[in-house]
Amino acid sequence: MERRFSNISETAKSTLRTAGGVIKAIASTKKGAIGLSLSAFFFSMATIGPIVAPIDLKYVNPSDFYLPPSLEHPLGTDYFGKDVLRLIILGSREVLSIGVLAALITLSIALIAGLSSGFIGGWVDAALTTAMDITLTIPAFPLLLVLVALFRGASGILFMAAILSVNAWAGLARAIRSRVLGIKEREFVEAAKCLGLGNLHLIFREILPNLMGYIVIILITGVTGAIYAEVALFTLGVAPYSQANWGVMLNMALMHAGAVTSARYANLLAPALFIALLQIGLVSLSSSLEQYINPRLREEE
Amino acid sequence: MKWIVKRMIKAAITVYVVLTFTFFLIRMMPGNPIERAIQEYMMQGIPEYQARNMVSTIFQLDLSTPVIEQYIQYLGNLARGTLGKSLTLAGTPVITLISYALPWTVFVLSVSILASFLLGILTGVAMAYKRRSILDNVALTLSTVLTAVPNYIFAMFALFALAFIWPIFPKMGAYDIAITPGFTPEFIFSVLYYASLPFLTYVATTVGGWALYMRGSTIDVLGEDYVMAAEARGLSSRRVMMSYVGRNAILPLFTSLTIGMGYIFGGSVLIETIFVYPGIGYLLSVAVSRRDYTIMQACFLLTTITVVLANLFTDILYSKLDPRIRLE
Repeated sequence: MERRFSNISETAKSTLRTAGGVIKAIASTKKGAIGLSLSAFFFSMATIGPIVAPIDLKYVNPSDFYLPPSLEHPLGTDYFGKDVLRLIILGSREVLSIGVLAALITLSIALIAGLSSGFIGGWVDAALTTAMDITLTIPAFPLLLVLVALFRGASGILFMAAILSVNAWAGLARAIRSRVLGIKEREFVEAAKCLGLGNLHLIFREILPNLMGYIVIILITGVTGAIYAEVALFTLGVAPYSQANWGVMLNMALMHAGAVTSARYANLLAPALFIALLQIGLVSLSSSLEQYINPRLREEE
Repeated sequence: MKWIVKRMIKAAITVYVVLTFTFFLIRMMPGNPIERAIQEYMMQGIPEYQARNMVSTIFQLDLSTPVIEQYIQYLGNLARGTLGKSLTLAGTPVITLISYALPWTVFVLSVSILASFLLGILTGVAMAYKRRSILDNVALTLSTVLTAVPNYIFAMFALFALAFIWPIFPKMGAYDIAITPGFTPEFIFSVLYYASLPFLTYVATTVGGWALYMRGSTIDVLGEDYVMAAEARGLSSRRVMMSYVGRNAILPLFTSLTIGMGYIFGGSVLIETIFVYPGIGYLLSVAVSRRDYTIMQACFLLTTITVVLANLFTDILYSKLDPRIRLE
């Protein structure tokens, strides 16, 4: 038993060492450096941001309505006189937590489906592949829209995250399946099979560790997709109302202030810029990670 | 041939699954739209049996029969093209609304997808041939950025910049309402002009993905022996690029095209809402905000069927390009 524990701490240590090495390698490329710094920027914005720059959500002051950008309010104020930058900082918390939670749920479903499909094969594979194909064909965003409209009573971060995973799992499961099929044929898996090691050993000790890199990439891709859909649902004004979410801010700017068609309220479009930067950061990060893992792509830099 | 038949069966299964799923979602869920509509009528002082009859005509379902029979009625209605009536626009048949909206979406999207695919392929091949040149580097960065930015965010920027700051393009609509619709050059020009910003958004946010994919695919093919053999035989580099490299490098992109179709059609909800473009995506988003479930259901079904048909078309095209499929 004791040996096992020391084994685990050993594994944890070596994992941390590998992670450090990967980050160093990625940071040395231009794309990777941009991805890492943008991701770190948004991570700290969501975690410590609202503590450094707090905001009173109940604040309403007619004399502060729609102020243009100034030193005191770098991005101006909104229709209630609230500071737009502080609202964006607080909003990042919800945007990111829904995104990460949705990606985790999506990843779990995708892992179970992808592993069973690739590993078990036969009719299980046939059934799961058909399910993946059908899910991939159905237009994702309209489905989400209809679902959110139907469950109009429900709200909360977990509900949003769960809804967002309804169709996102399929693409990722397909990617995992094809990886598993590739790994299954490799010598070390054959060797473990010959040694008579059980399926659980094969999955957890042979296949999963070799998927680790891809799992991280898939997780980031999942976050990117979830944020796209989540902010879109809030922008259309169908998702349950939330106090501070970039999508809600965009919805108010578009529908109530008409920000797109008036220079006066242009500052209300600031969340759009932050979403663009966040997505660029996440995509750069996952793409440079992919280049690191897949040496065939690495020669590009 | 067998391959195409298989694809058709899969397409039919997909449509059937979506139809069934939609029916049971709207009919069976606790507090479902049908029950809610009945309650709303009753709250207006209409007796229950009458409210039930009214909702029955709207959804075109005989609510007094068992659910399985209603399901059969529903499938029969769809086969006949009856989609019920709008919940909020008293008595308007949903099929009328759909028939006005769908052509706009199909028009803009088919032109956009085609343009984006072709432009992406050409850019990708150029990038692969001129690897590590300035062109390649600029195109790589631009593609990554454009692919990462969500299409609705791009649409907002485009609207703000090109319809407001520099008012080059119209802010909303599908054509100038001062012009009478018809096959006149004026009207056609107006339609194209009003479609510019949606078109720009669709192309700009998808072209980078095709270019990156085609670049990688072309680089792979360039390393193949048959390309070297073709060059060694003294074939012109143009011939090698067109019939040996290009033709083979395109093939893997078709699989993505089928997946991309659902994404692009889905995105039309957002793009059409931002540009107030009267397509099926806009209709869906209006229906959702008004909680008009009959329109919602019809929009969702028709978008799915359109995507399935578009995929089938892509598959047929693919089988024409890849002789291996025909042998299977």
